Amino acid sequence: MPIHDQGYRRYGGSKAPLGQGWTVIARAGIRSMFAKRAFLGLLLLAWFPFFVRAVQFYAAANLPQAAMLAPSADTFRQFLDQQATFVFFVTVYVGAGLIANDRRANALQIYLSKPLTRVEYVFGKLAILATFLLLVTWVPAIVLLVVQMSFAGNFTFLRNNLFLFPAITVFTFVEVLLVAMTMLALSSLSNSSRYVGILYAGVIFFSSAIYGVLYAVTRSTQFSWISFPANLEQIGNVIFRQPLRYETPWPVSLFMIVLGIALSGVILERRVRGVEVVA
Amino acid sequence: MAETDSVATLESVTVTYGRSEALRDVTTTFAAGAVGLLGPNGAGKSTMIKALLGFIVPTRGRMHVLGLDVADAPLAIRARIGYMPETDAHIPGMNAVSFVAYCGELAGLPRVDAMQRAHEVLFYVGLGEARYRNVETYSTGMKQRIKLAQALVHDPDLLFLDEPTNGMDPKGRDEMLELVRDLAHNKGVNLILSSHLLPDVEYTCDHVVVMDKGTIAAAGPIDALKQPRGRVYELRVKTPSGDLEPFLEYLRTAGLDCHATDEDVMRVFVPGEGGARRLFELASSERVQVRHLRPSVPTLEDVFAHAVGED
Repeated sequence: MPIHDQGYRRYGGSKAPLGQGWTVIARAGIRSMFAKRAFLGLLLLAWFPFFVRAVQFYAAANLPQAAMLAPSADTFRQFLDQQATFVFFVTVYVGAGLIANDRRANALQIYLSKPLTRVEYVFGKLAILATFLLLVTWVPAIVLLVVQMSFAGNFTFLRNNLFLFPAITVFTFVEVLLVAMTMLALSSLSNSSRYVGILYAGVIFFSSAIYGVLYAVTRSTQFSWISFPANLEQIGNVIFRQPLRYETPWPVSLFMIVLGIALSGVILERRVRGVEVVA
Repeated sequence: MAETDSVATLESVTVTYGRSEALRDVTTTFAAGAVGLLGPNGAGKSTMIKALLGFIVPTRGRMHVLGLDVADAPLAIRARIGYMPETDAHIPGMNAVSFVAYCGELAGLPRVDAMQRAHEVLFYVGLGEARYRNVETYSTGMKQRIKLAQALVHDPDLLFLDEPTNGMDPKGRDEMLELVRDLAHNKGVNLILSSHLLPDVEYTCDHVVVMDKGTIAAAGPIDALKQPRGRVYELRVKTPSGDLEPFLEYLRTAGLDCHATDEDVMRVFVPGEGGARRLFELASSERVQVRHLRPSVPTLEDVFAHAVGED
């Protein structure tokens, strides 16, 4: 006789078709982050530059004395540059534990015993981080564009800078893809989210530091391809039609970005498995 | 229930880790109902389960689960199976009911149904009162139960249970075995229970697959495997010299299989026909007094020991 009176019933309801597991992961991850007050505080802080820019646009549109504050395409480029700081903190806060915590709790074998591929698992995790990164880059930049038009009361700025919407979109998506893939790959390398956070900071600062040393020695910016942030900056300037800051040809920077994403993909392919085989 | 007589089959499956072969040309069938996967540590039980789940790709061979090819339809298979891993496993930062409901959603259940099933299943496994506690605060026994709950939430046709009583106290172990037995015999869930504990398998399962060193040592219904091809007797004797060993050697030379089980009691397997009469004749010819002779019922332990060559 069973010990417990609560019986087990067979399930007769419907089931979702295969291939939608990643949405469950993404939804749960986003919900759990929104439940954290500290993270909400970080998000609010990340929107502070947006409000400053909105005031700037208002002043430029309505006060003749503030005409020098009128936005240009470079204003949006600078805005996204400023957001890079928040991108860093959001990436560490949200991304460090995404796979590391699952590895610590042996959750991968739970996930992968469900009708879920490894690609879906990674995509679900990627969606969590990408959502929040876009929330501090693409969303405020696009809203800022709308705010500019609202305060100006015409479409002149947008007409004169038609490339801005695709430029913002392409740059932020490249940035988010690179950052999120790198963080996920690092997160899959360890069981400790703290260690992953330090590792990520190391990748960012160490690559910049090496470039800084080489620049100090050679007085040339041709080694900027070594620096993780410099490559993004170089590509950002190309996309926003701004003068290039480094001597490194932009295709080289683009290649380094693609290489970073591909390398992260390879690491994830090797590390996200239902069973860890030590041959 | 599965629509076929067997729930899983392996055909010439070989799995290698580097240079070592964890499964060697394994061909076997898991019947519907409750099947025990028995073997000492390192026999390849967990490897076989992980191969059937699609976690490990075999070097050679084909596998089918619930009639579907593991290589071709791993997701369709995983939608219909539940897996309770051997090691502690949970989704971090969740309470029990959220965790189990989340697993249900991952398996394709709508959100409302997943939550409802999570509550039901948690009550069924005996965690009803603790379902709002964070899983990370659970004891070892409770973690075993919640692993069973997450494997059950989507109502699988086949359950893979990898050492389900690991680390449990005697009471918890009995309750877990009762649950497993209830699932298999009253709720119509097919299950494959991997264990190195003979009593667990004997209590819960009808069939057994015995593994040793990456190969199948024996397989079939437990009752059939326990039927000896000959007769086994418990025997106590008194020899003229007082020394048992020469008589044991004599029996062995005559083709009988002898094991000393206690101080002076031995278990003797008499192959073929003849049985007790043959034993009496052999004893008489050596002037040995038979003090006690009783037919013995083989246990699964005998089957296991015989299969893995520990006679």
